[in-house]
Parts: sequence; C-alpha cells; structure tokens
Amino acid sequence: MELTGLFFYLVSILIAGGIYALLCLALNIQWGMGGLFNAGIAGFFAVGAYTSAILTTEMSTKHLGGFGMPVVVGLIGAGVLAGLMGWAVARICVRLKSDYLAMASIGIAEIMRLVIVNESWATNGSLGLAGIPRPFGEFVSGRSADLVFLAYVWAVVLIVYLVAMRLYDSPWGRSLRAIRDNEVSADAAGKNIEKFRVQTFVIGCAFMGVAGGLSAHYFRFLSPSATDPLLVTFLTWVMLMAGGSGNNRGAIVGGLGIWTLWSVTEIFVNRLPPEWVTRSSYIRMLLVGLLLQFVLQKFRAGIIPEKSPPIRFRE
Amino acid sequence: MIDFINFYLFPGLAIGSVYALGAVGISMIFGILRFAHFAHGDLMTVGTYGVLAAAGIIAINPLLLVPFGMALAIVVALLVDKVFYQPLRTLPTIYTVISSFGVALIFRSLVQMFWGSQNQVFNSGGVRPPLVLFDTFRISVLHVQAVLATACIAVALHFFLSRTRTGRSMRAVSDDPELAEVSGLDTEKVVRWTWIIGAALAAIAGLFVAMDTSAHPNLGWNLLMPMFAAAILGGIGKPMGAMAGGYIIGLAEELSSYHWIGNEALISPSYKTAVAFVVMIALLIVRPQGLFKGRLL
Repeated sequence: MELTGLFFYLVSILIAGGIYALLCLALNIQWGMGGLFNAGIAGFFAVGAYTSAILTTEMSTKHLGGFGMPVVVGLIGAGVLAGLMGWAVARICVRLKSDYLAMASIGIAEIMRLVIVNESWATNGSLGLAGIPRPFGEFVSGRSADLVFLAYVWAVVLIVYLVAMRLYDSPWGRSLRAIRDNEVSADAAGKNIEKFRVQTFVIGCAFMGVAGGLSAHYFRFLSPSATDPLLVTFLTWVMLMAGGSGNNRGAIVGGLGIWTLWSVTEIFVNRLPPEWVTRSSYIRMLLVGLLLQFVLQKFRAGIIPEKSPPIRFRE
Repeated sequence: MIDFINFYLFPGLAIGSVYALGAVGISMIFGILRFAHFAHGDLMTVGTYGVLAAAGIIAINPLLLVPFGMALAIVVALLVDKVFYQPLRTLPTIYTVISSFGVALIFRSLVQMFWGSQNQVFNSGGVRPPLVLFDTFRISVLHVQAVLATACIAVALHFFLSRTRTGRSMRAVSDDPELAEVSGLDTEKVVRWTWIIGAALAAIAGLFVAMDTSAHPNLGWNLLMPMFAAAILGGIGKPMGAMAGGYIIGLAEELSSYHWIGNEALISPSYKTAVAFVVMIALLIVRPQGLFKGRLL
C-alpha cells in the first residue's frame, strides 16, 4: 500500500512536471532562442486551458461548451487561440525594446484573468468548469487512467521537443540566434528581424496554450485560481533559467527538476508546526525568488548550457 | 451632472494622483537605469506596510506616519539595487527586468510572511464626513489630501530636477549616460537618488490607496499595469509627463464606467484595469515615445 501510494505520487509529479517541461520548452523558443521576454505565460496558459476545456466538455447550461470534441481537437484549438493572441501582442511590441513586450504580455495575462472571472456565460466565472474529459477516458478509469495520461503528456512533450530541436538546428533557428546576439549585424545580413520575432513569439505562445489545455484535462476541473498568474509565470522562468536557457534538454531538465523540488518541499513543509504551515507557502515563494536571483548572478548558463548545433557539410 | 463630478471626476483625480506618484518613479528608473522596474508596485506595498506597522504603535493619523513608510521603502530599494540589480548592470538590461520580476515576488512573500495575507484597514479615527462645497459637491477629505500632496510633490520635484546640482545631473544621465559619465558626473550617486525619490513617492502613493480602501499584499501589483501605462503615456524619462500620464490614466479609468450613453455604464467597472492597458497598447502602436516627446528606448 505504501509503495503504490508512493508510486502514484511519483506519477503525479511526473505529469505536472511534464506540463511544466512543456511550458519551459515553449519559453525556451521565445527567450532562449529569440531573446524575447514573456511575462504573461499564465495568460496564454489560461487561454489554452479554457479553450480546450470548452471544446471538449459535454453540453452544460452553466457555461459555453457542449461541443464534446476529442481531446486532440481541444489541444489543437488551445494552441491556435493562444498563438493568435500571441500574434496580436507580438505584432505591436516586437519592434520596441524588449521591456515593452514584457509590459504588454503581463497586461494580457491580467486582462485574461479579468475576462475569465467576469464573463461567466462562457467560463462559469469563479465557480469553474467541471467534467473536463481525459484522453481515452472512455476506455480506462481509476488510477490506471493516471498512467495513460502520464504517457499522453510525455508524448506531447516528446513531439514538442522534436519540433523545438528541428527549429533549433535549422536556418530559421540560426537566423534567430543571430538576431538575438547581434540585432544590427543580422539586420545588415538582410534578415527580417520583426518577422522572425513575431514567428518565434507565436510558436512559443501556441505551445503554452497546449500546456494549459493539458493541465485542464489533467485536473478535469478548471477555475480561475488554477491559472494563478504568479505561480505559473514565475516558476516557468525559474525552471528555464536554472535548466539552461537556449538548450531544449536543459528546459526539460529544469522543468522536471524544479517541479520535483517544489512538490517535495511541500511535503516537508507540511510537517512543520501548525503556526508555521500557513506561512510556509510564502517562505517557499521567497526561496524561489531568491533562487532566481542566484541563478541570474552566478549560474546564468544553467544546468545544461546552450550549445550551438554542429555545422555539417554535405558529403 | 453632480453625480458625474462627485462619483467619477473626483475619484478619478484621486486615483490619478496615485498613478502619477508611482509613474514618476517608474519613468525615472526606466530613463536612468534603462529598465522597466516590475517590482515598483510591490515596493509600494512594502512602503504601505511600513506605515501600517508604525500605525500599530503610534496612534495618530496615518498620513503623519508616512515618513516611516518612505524610510522603509528607500532602505529596501537601495538594498535591492545593491544586492540584486547592480551585479547585473553590465549585462543587457533585460536580465535586470527578469531580476526585478523576481524581486516583486520576494517583496510580496516577505509582506505576507510578516503581516499575513488578509486585508488590513487603517484605523484613522472612524469615518470622516466628506467635505461639502456649495451644498452640492461632496469630496472625500482623503482625495483632496491626495491631490494636494501630489501637486506639492510635483512642484518640489520640478525645482529639484531643474535647480539643484543632483537633479540636473540626473537629467543629464537620463539624456545620455555615456556623455554624463565622461563629463565626470557621479552616476552611482544619480542612481542612488533615483531609487530614493522613486521609493519615497511609491510609499506615499501606496498609503493613499491603502487608506482609501485597505492594505493587502497585492495592493501594489494590481496598480503596476496602469502605472506603466502612465509612464509610457508621459514619455519615458519625463517625470512631469509621467505625472500628467497618471492623471490621464486615472480619469480614463473612472470616466469609462460613467453612463455616457443611456443608463448603462460605458464599460463595466470590473474592466477598469483593462482601460489602462488599452490606452497603453494604442499608444505603443501610434506614438510609442509618449505624448510629451519622451525617449524611445
């Protein structure tokens, strides 16, 4: 009993860790490859989560929905809508200094939160959406469903990883790194900086949307608090920075590693005396904030530093 | 009409003062240190809780205790600059932006650790009746105080920046940091003064919001968006522009929920924050250097 409990605890860590790994891969495309600062990860995550949830749930009088579509369609829809939103933000902001993109993305995230809480005809407000299906939910149930979902999440991570690797080792990725490292010389070489940046931002946002969709299917229930702007955005940044920005493997390692740390400290902290338990979540937040400062100052390359793909010549 | 003035115009001016005071700091930091300071809202929260702590010990009008909040905010800001921002100064500024994002979280978790996350109301001696002018205008005393204080600060800041040596070197660094450096200006001193002014004004602004409603750990973070909008509106590196921007954003937010057409609010009050964002986006499309010819970094 003890062992199966531990096993399924591990499964739950791996599922959530996989979702965060996906967010890190998406952020890595934006920041690691493109040098774009996205402070509104939670916003794109939330859009993805709600889109996928609305597309796949059964008919309900409480919120928009009843399309009952398969989960894959929901996830694709999540990616498309989050990508469109990213496109709108990027179009306006990429030509300015990166700080402006940061301000605009954080604004988008705040507004998405307002929309989700206020437009209850679509999202059921703070009461949230219930009965979101899992992939292959009709074939498996109970605890084995978690295993199926684990495989599903990591299959998506694998696909996104392969896509990200392909992007990385391509003329497109090389141009992107050139723009990131020296905008003026890339411009002189005839690269359309604005176009490349918009594309990067959109691709990253779309994957963030997919990650949001997966989290909705995992919890089967979605309320505004599930997409807390701080936690999602902030943890993802710390994960990518610690794992190694610019390196896709680093992004996955960072996502999984920091998530494991975050979850394990929760167990530890819950054993503290009761008067400390309420404060412990703030202490964890504080430690994550300090971890980011440490990484920024002393450990900027991350666990697996960026490595340029080798140059290959055709035989 | 009277309703319009009492319930929309005056509150708009009051919240505008708060945005103005916050935006001045953001604009100056952006102009001199060249980065968007994401922890400015939470610096406001820190200052507010400094006053709250003092008010727990000394039972007088919290407005008189504002020096405690200012002092706390200044010390914290200088410390954070020294420990977290300065080591990153040689890197591209975007790293400092990321760092400030983390500092915002650090500030908030510290406030929550020491004071808890519940709402705390200032005990300012019961409910004060509003000022009544000509039997028609009813204005909250606090709102009048906020507007007057901001006006005084604006005048003082103007003289500081245009008449004193430190103020003038601040403007010089903001215009051209390299030129200022080779002309022998003490840039570290300028940076220090930027933090002192930014933090002090943030504490005042935070106190006005907290006294108008209540103090809670998300107080400053919720104001960050409109303050950024105000700073961009006024033009980066233009403190007086940021002041004007603050009032424009404050009025736009409040007046947007007035029933201009028919009996319905033009924009639902729950979307007030979105108004600031829309103004900011519109400005970034049309005129990113701001209304008053600020710099475009």
